[in-house]
Amino acid sequence: MGKSPEEEHPVKAFGWAASDTSGVLSPFKFSRRVTGEEDVRFKILYCGICHSDLHCVKNEWGISTYPLLPGHEIVGVVTEVGSKVQKYKVGDRVGVGCMVGACHTCENCENNLENYCPKMILTYNAVNYDGTKTYGGYSDHMVANERYIVRIPDNLPLDAAAPLLCAGITTYSPLRYFGLDKPGMKVGVVGLGGLGHVAVKFAKAFGAIVTVISTSPRKKQEAIEVLGADSFLVSTKPEEMQAAMGTLDGIIDTVSAVHALVPLLFLLKSHGKIIMVGAPEKPLELPVFPLIMGRKIIAGSGIGGMKETQEMIDFAGKHNITPEIEVIPMDYVNTAMERLAKGDVKYRFVLDVGNTLKAA
Amino acid sequence: MGKAPEEEHPVKAFGWAARDTSGVLSPFKFSRRVTQDEDVRFKILYCGICHSDLHSAKNEWGNSTYPILPGHEVVGVVTEVGSKVKKYKVGDRVGVGCMVGACHTCDNCENNLENYCPKMILTYNSVNSDGTMTYGGYSDHMVANERYIVRIPDNLPLDAAAPLLCAGITTYSPLRYFGLDKPGTKVGVVGLGGLGHVAVKFAKALGATVTVISTSPHKKQEAIEVLGADSFLVSTNPEEMQAAMGTLDGIIDTVSAVHALVPLLFLLKSHGKIIMVGAPEKPLELPVFPLIIGRKTIAGSCIGGMKETQEMIDFAGKHNITPLIEVIPMDYVNTAMERLAKADVKYRFVLDVANTLKAA
Repeated sequence: MGKSPEEEHPVKAFGWAASDTSGVLSPFKFSRRVTGEEDVRFKILYCGICHSDLHCVKNEWGISTYPLLPGHEIVGVVTEVGSKVQKYKVGDRVGVGCMVGACHTCENCENNLENYCPKMILTYNAVNYDGTKTYGGYSDHMVANERYIVRIPDNLPLDAAAPLLCAGITTYSPLRYFGLDKPGMKVGVVGLGGLGHVAVKFAKAFGAIVTVISTSPRKKQEAIEVLGADSFLVSTKPEEMQAAMGTLDGIIDTVSAVHALVPLLFLLKSHGKIIMVGAPEKPLELPVFPLIMGRKIIAGSGIGGMKETQEMIDFAGKHNITPEIEVIPMDYVNTAMERLAKGDVKYRFVLDVGNTLKAA
Repeated sequence: MGKAPEEEHPVKAFGWAARDTSGVLSPFKFSRRVTQDEDVRFKILYCGICHSDLHSAKNEWGNSTYPILPGHEVVGVVTEVGSKVKKYKVGDRVGVGCMVGACHTCDNCENNLENYCPKMILTYNSVNSDGTMTYGGYSDHMVANERYIVRIPDNLPLDAAAPLLCAGITTYSPLRYFGLDKPGTKVGVVGLGGLGHVAVKFAKALGATVTVISTSPHKKQEAIEVLGADSFLVSTNPEEMQAAMGTLDGIIDTVSAVHALVPLLFLLKSHGKIIMVGAPEKPLELPVFPLIIGRKTIAGSCIGGMKETQEMIDFAGKHNITPLIEVIPMDYVNTAMERLAKADVKYRFVLDVANTLKAA
């Protein structure tokens, strides 16, 4: 307690962190532990910017501790492995997502669901086993227990693969768990941002017929021509929404702003499911009648376990699924955050850490 | 169109109906169709009073047409069967629940889920295929298509069996569909009224460990000693609720008043489900975070199909599950409605129709 970030651990590190609720990021010196027996250490080449990063740097969820160094869509190349590590070697292309630890003994951990472990340790803004803070991927290198490392398939470009580590698993997991991964299923995706556009790609790869539901009519052309969506509904247009009532088996709702659930519930067929992966900070209104009349389901889902994360990335490799990204230099990060707040990105910013992060 | 209820159909009938939103019931003459080829006609002996009857009599859901003759927990003895009816004969003990018709061609009907058919016809306050209104079980006799008739097992007393036709199937169906019917499953039941007390009995018979969640501490003793619940939580007692956090696999929520979902969501283990079978008339507040953090589900469920209704009643017969009832004469019905509004009944009123309904 009381050691500065630079002195907490033996190995020097640097990155960009926010120091207060303005959320503005700036160069930051800190340190990371030496490579333990089961650890993998890697040089960070790219890191995706997730909207959660923005929520956290501004303490919008009320849980942030400063300095806060975000980033949980991290990819790079292994530089060192611990003596007990069998799965990875120096030079391997790897990534880390939203978690770096859990208890490993509870039922969820034993079922490869570390993400639902009550003691799960987040990649940033959390407390490690040794009592120190975790710092994320807007930094030069990272070290993590091999359980939390995933291998990036050779055919996926590293920069485009980065968003899979959070946006990818967050949308892949519920498509599978809630049975929306069967060919011919009619799946809706609400919101066409970082999560939404990847959800469309996965759902199409599973053989679903995909409808994008969005408040922005201007996104229609790309949704259909670039992402492969089968149709597009403007959620603020009552006639379009009415015509599509009772047509969808499931909906992945990626929107993190407060929004109306009822029109979405009506899009579902009976026994249909809407899975919330976006996290509005205020409660939504839930009329119970539409759930009862159609035996409909509202569920939540939060990333996925490590086994499934590797499975998801391998699936992306096999089906050539790459997020659509805008690669930016490190010193563009604050501008990127402002644009992200306005939804002005197609569809994920990825920080070119390896080339543009200069030692502080 | 324009025919008086007495003249709509060839066979005279009488019962008690409400004429206006006061919901006060009084003697009412009407008529029913002759027994068609596939119909079963039966003398009504008993009819349970469901809280829905009260909501409808007072037009609290805004969809009532007067005169409204409620009652959808209807039991009696067959007096006549149509020429094509094979499953039933004169003298059989039968019942009718909440539905008397559906389209029989849609996906749901083909899967024995008539209750989710968009053209489902309710036992009362609905429009029959011939354009006339349906009248329920607060009456001397009823005729219905054999598909909507269930046989009452010989070992179940008819009066106690009546509430199974709605309260029974409403709680049995979600316990099965949502997988809460495995021995050892930890099931919570919110609300200990007509639905709640039957939910406890079914859950126990299915081998669950049952926790009743209620705002009324005075219900605890009966919940445990009479209904067989394993434990009892007073939902307004924060320490009790806190101690039980993350312990339940599922919750059947029978409460039809607006209430807080969050404390109930926190009672669930990760991957847990809460199924709403009570229908609050105003929306509930739904914070999304608890759903996401634990991959929890909120669903609705509405009665059950006819095949499952028969299965439920046979299960009740096999396990000797009888609702706890207060049998009342017909002319007590308005007082019963007032008591029901205050939840002053253990746990269902059943009208002794045959003995106390006098021809109007």
